[in-house]
Amino acid sequence: MSLDTVKNAEQTPDAAQPWAELGLKQDEYARIREILGRRPTGAELAMYSVMWSEHCSYKSSKVHLKQFGEKKPDSDAMLVGIGENAGVVDVGQGYAVTFKVESHNHPSYIEPYQGAATGIGGIVRDILAMGARPVAVMDPLRFGAADHPDTRRVLPGIVAGIGGYGNCLGLPNIGGEVVFDSCYQGNPLVNALCVGVMKHEDIHLAQASGAGNKVILYGARTGGDGIGGVSVLASETFDDTKPAKRPAVQVGDPFQEKLLIECTLEIFREKLVKGIQDLGGAGLSCATSELASAGSGGMRIDLDTVHLRDHTLSPEEILMSESQERMCAIVEPDKVGRFLEICEKWDVIANVIGEVTDGERLEIFWHGELVVDVPPRTVAHEGPTYERPYARPSWQDALQADAPTAERLARPTTGEGLKADLLKVASHPNQASKSWITDQYDRYVLGNTVLSAGEDSGMIRIDEETNLGVSVATDGNGRYAKLDPYTGAQLALAEAYRNVAAGGAKPLAVSDCLNFGSPEDPDVMWQFAEATRGLADACLVLGTPVTGGNVSLYNQTGEVAIHPTPVVAVLGVIDDVTRRTPVAFAEEGQLLYLLGDTEDELGGSAWSQVVHDHLGGLPPKVDLERERLLGEILISASRDGMIDAAHDLSDGGLGQALVESCLKGGHGARIVVPEGVDPFVLLFSESAGRAVVAVPRSEELRFNDMCIARGLPATRIGVVDGDSLDVQGQFTVSLAELKDAHTGVIEALLA
Amino acid sequence: MTTRIGVVTFPGSLDDRDAQRAVRLAGAEPVALWHRDKDLHQVDAVVLPGGFSYGDYLRCGAISRFSPVMETVIEQAKLGMPVLGICNGFQVLCESHLLPGALHRNDSLHFVCRDQKLRVENAETAWTGDYSAGQEIVVPLKNGEGRFVADERVLDELEAEGRVVARYLDLNPNGSYRDIAGITNAAGNVVGLMPHPEHAVEPLTGPTTEGLGFFTSVLKQLVNA
Repeated sequence: MSLDTVKNAEQTPDAAQPWAELGLKQDEYARIREILGRRPTGAELAMYSVMWSEHCSYKSSKVHLKQFGEKKPDSDAMLVGIGENAGVVDVGQGYAVTFKVESHNHPSYIEPYQGAATGIGGIVRDILAMGARPVAVMDPLRFGAADHPDTRRVLPGIVAGIGGYGNCLGLPNIGGEVVFDSCYQGNPLVNALCVGVMKHEDIHLAQASGAGNKVILYGARTGGDGIGGVSVLASETFDDTKPAKRPAVQVGDPFQEKLLIECTLEIFREKLVKGIQDLGGAGLSCATSELASAGSGGMRIDLDTVHLRDHTLSPEEILMSESQERMCAIVEPDKVGRFLEICEKWDVIANVIGEVTDGERLEIFWHGELVVDVPPRTVAHEGPTYERPYARPSWQDALQADAPTAERLARPTTGEGLKADLLKVASHPNQASKSWITDQYDRYVLGNTVLSAGEDSGMIRIDEETNLGVSVATDGNGRYAKLDPYTGAQLALAEAYRNVAAGGAKPLAVSDCLNFGSPEDPDVMWQFAEATRGLADACLVLGTPVTGGNVSLYNQTGEVAIHPTPVVAVLGVIDDVTRRTPVAFAEEGQLLYLLGDTEDELGGSAWSQVVHDHLGGLPPKVDLERERLLGEILISASRDGMIDAAHDLSDGGLGQALVESCLKGGHGARIVVPEGVDPFVLLFSESAGRAVVAVPRSEELRFNDMCIARGLPATRIGVVDGDSLDVQGQFTVSLAELKDAHTGVIEALLA
Repeated sequence: MTTRIGVVTFPGSLDDRDAQRAVRLAGAEPVALWHRDKDLHQVDAVVLPGGFSYGDYLRCGAISRFSPVMETVIEQAKLGMPVLGICNGFQVLCESHLLPGALHRNDSLHFVCRDQKLRVENAETAWTGDYSAGQEIVVPLKNGEGRFVADERVLDELEAEGRVVARYLDLNPNGSYRDIAGITNAAGNVVGLMPHPEHAVEPLTGPTTEGLGFFTSVLKQLVNA
């Protein structure tokens, strides 16, 4: 096949083009012809197809996502909002923190190790591109049933991939989630979060301006891997003489990425770049069109100067390749020399591949011929928008009517029965210790990890002199969201918010990863619309703006979609990390207080899942004002030394929180069921807006006074004591027995 | 004059800043050394930090061992300069033949990160003088290829000469022969350690502060020398 130049396209308007195979719809193809006033060249078609894919253009979701901007709370903390590689938040003392959570679901199912590894790589480059040093990662993960044979294939590979890549980058893994549910059987969710730190003046943006400035591509060589990773490039390649079906999953090289990070940070330190963008989904197509589109518009690229791993690649393939560990920078001509010197120091390959022009077109040349000539905005920012139909599913009412009442689901009525259910919940893979997984991640590197796996949030120190720190928690409960997506999304936010506050940090901002089924299914689209509406409304009330994130659709096999799973990450700041509150009950004699109100709320609960394999009814109610009050109390109490431990109550309720805090601290607890309270509801209800705290006796009066003055219900429920969990008048279970139930579960399943 | 302790950065070194912090907390001046630079910049001792130098795609440490800085480190180590190799640094020391044996893939085949109990067996080396023989400490351990192996003759020799510096207690995390966590050369100036004492130097971030002793030990030895 001869080279399809712009001239050629003008002369052969009727040549057949593989737009359908590239995943474009007929009207989208027509729109491209209309924009260009001719048929696109093969290279242009490749660019439009990847950039207009669901993954890159958010065409199904953006009509809903715009609420995050419209309902944005006033926040002094936001420095950079949605639309850049990641949002940036002011955390004081001149520091800015950037964070984002993203999905790598589909690749991780196909090739667990590389899929998960490159998920880490991609999110780390997003953070780096903002000008920040990446300082920590986290992974919210969801798998199919724990005992399903395929989980044994998928889970170890994903965990090894996250560890293999993240450990080799020298980034501590400070937490995340692991959830098992058969709804994720064919669609495991691998979300990856990265946090980066910089000074305000170091913020960089993805834009190309200033005619004559050079475009430098640096990092790994461009190869044939990952072509069509984000779009649906079918088996037809552009040239039949070459190997067909290149693998759509990218292959990661964390060593190259580590060099890229250090090299880029040194380049930032010397202030050598005007604009910068990482290469992720849609590779060079995305980077060049986005940089040009966000800048003055004109850019000329010479594709022959791209350093290749495979010299047989066609221009279309070079533009679509998703080879990892690459960055694209805009550099003033007199700084190019120093830029290239730093790259050489770090053994990073770098080439000038083009320059910013004063025109308004993105022009790309191959062997001296013009193969792309497009207005960059039409590629990067003016993709199609769909108003997908949505409707409340016909089955929603029946699902909600199937509430877990005592009549429907038998509840334990004896002490022995309560103990048996407590152990069942604690030993279920969802609630059991995840140390088999988290021990494969380095949590110590960089020497600033204050809280990590097993705590409510991950916390890192960002200044060794002042002890300023940040913390992050990610949460999402697909079962709640299935019962009521509006409330479910709010509960995800509420839980992450509460987790950050429980550690002692003040919640500031949100990043979200919205994992759903097919947008072409009106049921799913309704779930998506409800979840985004719920999240936007709740962010407004809590004053935590959404700074960015990612949408992952089509998480379904055949007709069966995953539970709607909005995963919400909350970032918080803490002035003095030495005041952080861990979950462990560490001191005998301290008093245990239950904060918040407990109601009979078992819909979507861990108990209903573990004991009855049931999902129905409504999720716990959300009271955002209560969440805010609880958060304020937890933060004040931490700062003023009134509490030594705090654990948020979520899946598994108070019972599970007590198990975890006792085991973590190596101390038991004596619990007195308050007068008139049903012990089952006390232990297993998942009412939101609650936490259990350990208060030193000397602080009891002060703590109580504060709760009363602020109007937060605080109930003394017991004391840290002995080596068993003793729920008086009901049952006693030794720490040894709890430990037996809670640990070794995951390893036994995978053995 | 402050004691200067160099910390080498190879491409892919990860715990270099942590090692510098530990040096600083011990009271010495950390000096960053670059792998391409043969000059040790008048340091009194050298730490080879943890990480995945050159991605560890070949045998761990096999490429770093040939870097320009290592020429000088090897030369100076033979003349008695204290050198501590942690994790990847231990691997580099074995590849450099400053220490015997090799580090293989963990027997579990998984990377492992845990708080590890150790017994300090030899408190006479340049890096362990602040401990007492038999002292038990807890420091983080994190490695994928940390299984110390050597042939029986070498192992017997190490034991007989008291050159096992530290041993794993309670649980052998990687299948190391004879539970060996660290060894020294015959002169006692070169020590290789698989666990990470530089991650146990502050109560806030480490499981203990029991790793600091490695850095204060060398400082004391250098000041008294």
